[in-house]
Amino acid sequence: CSARSFRFTTFLASLTQTLTLVVHFCLVFQDSAGQFFSSGHTNNWAVLVCTSRFWFNYRHVANTLSVYRSVKRLGIPDSHIVLMLADDMACNHRNPKPATVFSHKNMELNVYGDDVEVDYRGYEVTVENFLRVLTGRLPPSTPRSKRLLSDDRSNILIYLTGHGGNGFLKFQDSEEISNVELADAFEQMWQKRRYNELLFIIDTCQGASMYERFYSPNLMALASSQVGEDSLSHQPDLAIGVHLMDRYTFYLLEFLEDIHPASKTNMNDLFKVCPKSQCVSTPGHRTDLFLRDPGSVLITDFFGSVRKIEITMETINLTDPINSGNDVQTENNTYVDQLPVSEIIHQKPKQRDWHPPDGFILGLWTLILLVFFKTYGVKHLKHVF
Amino acid sequence: MASYWNRNPIRVFVFLILTVFVVVRSNIPSTPGEGAEERRWEASQVGDVDPGMSVAPPHPHTNTDSFQEELVVRPLHSGDIYASFQFRTVWEADFSRGNKVSHYQLFPKSLGQVISKFSVRELHISFTQGYWRTMQWGQPFLPSPPGAELWVWFQDSVTDVDGTWKELTNVLSGIFCASLNFIDSTNTVQPSAAFKPLGVGNVTDHRFLRYATLPREIVCTENLTPWKKLLPCGSKAGLAVLLKSEKLFHSSFHSQAVHIRPICQDQRCKSTSLELRQTLNAVFDLHTSGQAKREWSLFKMFSRTLTEACPLASSSKIYIDITDNSQGEQFELSPASSLLSQAVVLGDRRTFSVYDLTDQATFGSTLSPFDKKWQYPIGDMLRPLLHAERYVAGYGLQTGEIHTVMYNHHPYRSFPVLLLDSVPWYLRLYIHTLTVTSKGKENKPSYIHYQPSKDRLRPHLLEMLVQLPPNSATEVTVEFERALLKWTEYTPDPNHGFYVGSSVISSLVPSTVATNTSITQEQPLFSSFFPCKEELSYFVRVYTEPLLVNLPTPDFSMPYNVICLTCTVVAVGYGSLYNLLTRSFQIEEPSPGLAKRIANVIRRMRGVPPL
Repeated sequence: CSARSFRFTTFLASLTQTLTLVVHFCLVFQDSAGQFFSSGHTNNWAVLVCTSRFWFNYRHVANTLSVYRSVKRLGIPDSHIVLMLADDMACNHRNPKPATVFSHKNMELNVYGDDVEVDYRGYEVTVENFLRVLTGRLPPSTPRSKRLLSDDRSNILIYLTGHGGNGFLKFQDSEEISNVELADAFEQMWQKRRYNELLFIIDTCQGASMYERFYSPNLMALASSQVGEDSLSHQPDLAIGVHLMDRYTFYLLEFLEDIHPASKTNMNDLFKVCPKSQCVSTPGHRTDLFLRDPGSVLITDFFGSVRKIEITMETINLTDPINSGNDVQTENNTYVDQLPVSEIIHQKPKQRDWHPPDGFILGLWTLILLVFFKTYGVKHLKHVF
Repeated sequence: MASYWNRNPIRVFVFLILTVFVVVRSNIPSTPGEGAEERRWEASQVGDVDPGMSVAPPHPHTNTDSFQEELVVRPLHSGDIYASFQFRTVWEADFSRGNKVSHYQLFPKSLGQVISKFSVRELHISFTQGYWRTMQWGQPFLPSPPGAELWVWFQDSVTDVDGTWKELTNVLSGIFCASLNFIDSTNTVQPSAAFKPLGVGNVTDHRFLRYATLPREIVCTENLTPWKKLLPCGSKAGLAVLLKSEKLFHSSFHSQAVHIRPICQDQRCKSTSLELRQTLNAVFDLHTSGQAKREWSLFKMFSRTLTEACPLASSSKIYIDITDNSQGEQFELSPASSLLSQAVVLGDRRTFSVYDLTDQATFGSTLSPFDKKWQYPIGDMLRPLLHAERYVAGYGLQTGEIHTVMYNHHPYRSFPVLLLDSVPWYLRLYIHTLTVTSKGKENKPSYIHYQPSKDRLRPHLLEMLVQLPPNSATEVTVEFERALLKWTEYTPDPNHGFYVGSSVISSLVPSTVATNTSITQEQPLFSSFFPCKEELSYFVRVYTEPLLVNLPTPDFSMPYNVICLTCTVVAVGYGSLYNLLTRSFQIEEPSPGLAKRIANVIRRMRGVPPL
């Protein structure tokens, strides 16, 4: 019986050994690969909107362009960015340095750059177009660069800036979007599985009112000021003559300039950007609808881009192009006469709207008169003619 | 009544015939002219196609694209510098017989797919900022109106031209990052005589032509970026290295265009290939951009130097216009080039100094031609023979007049011009007030095509062929009335005004110098754009200024004001009256004091009536 117990104990020992080995292996595996897969998204999109028109709202365009610049630098390609600028500041005739938009005074940083693609510009930036981009309900002939082609594994960054109030954001000085509409749009996106996680940043006066009404899951929101507070602009440039940036986005840009594609800073650092001492207004944030802990969400989950590269050794054989015999066209092509005067003069006019021929109407009326006079007697004719 | 039918069967018969006629005519489509033509067109097509021919053959396997680039620098008499880039990609593909292409070499794939999907025969699109001042700068190599202009010739296989046009404008707005999706039926016209195809082809049925302008469209770096991406070398090598937006947009005039058209492959012109020309014209004013001295250099204009030609280019050249420098006293180029070339462009024989970038031995590592001493040119600029102006006259916000003035500066020759005017529907033209006068006398046009506008559907189209007498100014006047738009149709900034697109004036101007009419002889790109059929005249297109008119603008806060006022009136006025009429008043006794209440309780207990 001691031999049996000895075998039993050795069996127990080996079992526990294998178990610990397996557990240790699982832990190790989760440590390195766990972070890679914890966020659950496979692609990144950004929708950056500036809603203000006119030259004195230069700072809103500079805000949007600085976020655009950071997002591009951290890896999101132009095909995944929908940039909407309501007015053109760079090539505006009032701009003393054309094709530039500066964010720092003394023209230190040109956020417009040399490689910018604006998808919606000028009068196209309307509430309707913005909501259509978000929900994906665009006319069929809309080109790809103007569509938000996200799926249920996409992390989307939405940035809005402009003039706003308690519960609304003004578009182009002529219409507004309310926080209820925005919340409903996000709910539509959730129902259609158009996002995995969504980060909403808004830099307007009373911006916190815009995220009060959200009710869809996986939304995180940041705003530059609370209800009842105004967001203030940062600094004017005396050469250009307008304020260049808003305070919140200025400090946000400074914060993002330190981020590189492999950095591990998380959302809690983003919430600390621009405290009341720098911003004068109190930035707010909302994370109750977000499933993960903000401390575990990386900045690059939203501002950068996931690029999973798979190296393959497969080869693909291209088929040879089809050889065709030279077919000779029978007709001889010539260039057309640019101003054939005689041809033009003798051209018959085309595209006339159809009118009934003149004689027809006359004949019709004559017939009607004759019928009338025949039925009611010829004696009336004498009086007419 | 029955006796009538019996007595006059002939009249009955005539009446029946007429009713049948009415019924038949009302069943055919609303534009029977077009329907009849369509029937005619189908008949001729059936006759041409050989019934023995099989399905369209696949494209030839020799797919040798070629790419050429050139830059022409011309100092102007007003002190500005005119720089014109032309990039030409020729693609050996033939789309006219419905061939499908899937292999792209130098030709950009985005444009190739657009051409094949929408059956486009020719496409011309231009984006311009600024207005070309013909009297100070001369004629441009490739004219363009301010804003965006798009005109397209479709293939004859397209059945729904309007639908295809709408889709094409949407796709192009995505490719060029411009708001071309605002092109719709309210600003598209179908010219009947102007804008003949610039490429080869036999068919000129104007049903397949569409023309639209957006005078409000701005050009900025976001339009230049996708334009540069269409080049084979991008902006990394060759002449496109010079295209930096900070310098290009800091200019008096900037225009970039894309022209796609079929051209002859060889002299016999049995088969065609597709040519893509990307042109960029800029006029730099060296005084405002901070240069005090009158010397210019490529580095000062573009802040870049050239190091190498594009490796995919078969020719890469810079032409510097030295016609005014025959004795070398005006300016001196450095590094000097021994290559000279002469070309006839726009009726003028000019001499150019040529730098060939593919031949690196001539200029060393970098090339940046500049001139050391440039004095104000003494000689006369060749006065442009055709020139036009346009302005709005009148006062107030109800009526006005559009005046278009065309100048013919030729001393003794008169020539015909074709004037194309497209006016938006909200300026209601009174065509009965149209007058054309030259030298004080009335000048009757030999061809007029006018299509009236339909509110919110299509604009006015006016085309006239006018003979301009020598050395004269011809004025075309037409009165208009401004319409009041619906309040949702105003733009967010209606006080800026509404734009009316430029008029287009096309003409064959007589020239003193014979132009080259051969189609395949090696010519520099800037002189071979417009095809010439005869030697003694050249084709020129002049664009006038766009007009800015103010429409009567309502006060947009009025709906809010009306609601406030109405609600106040209803609440205060009607509400109080209603209350007075429908409320019944009851007298209420004040509540008794404490002592009285206790006394009433005791009295009730006693059985005595209360106080």
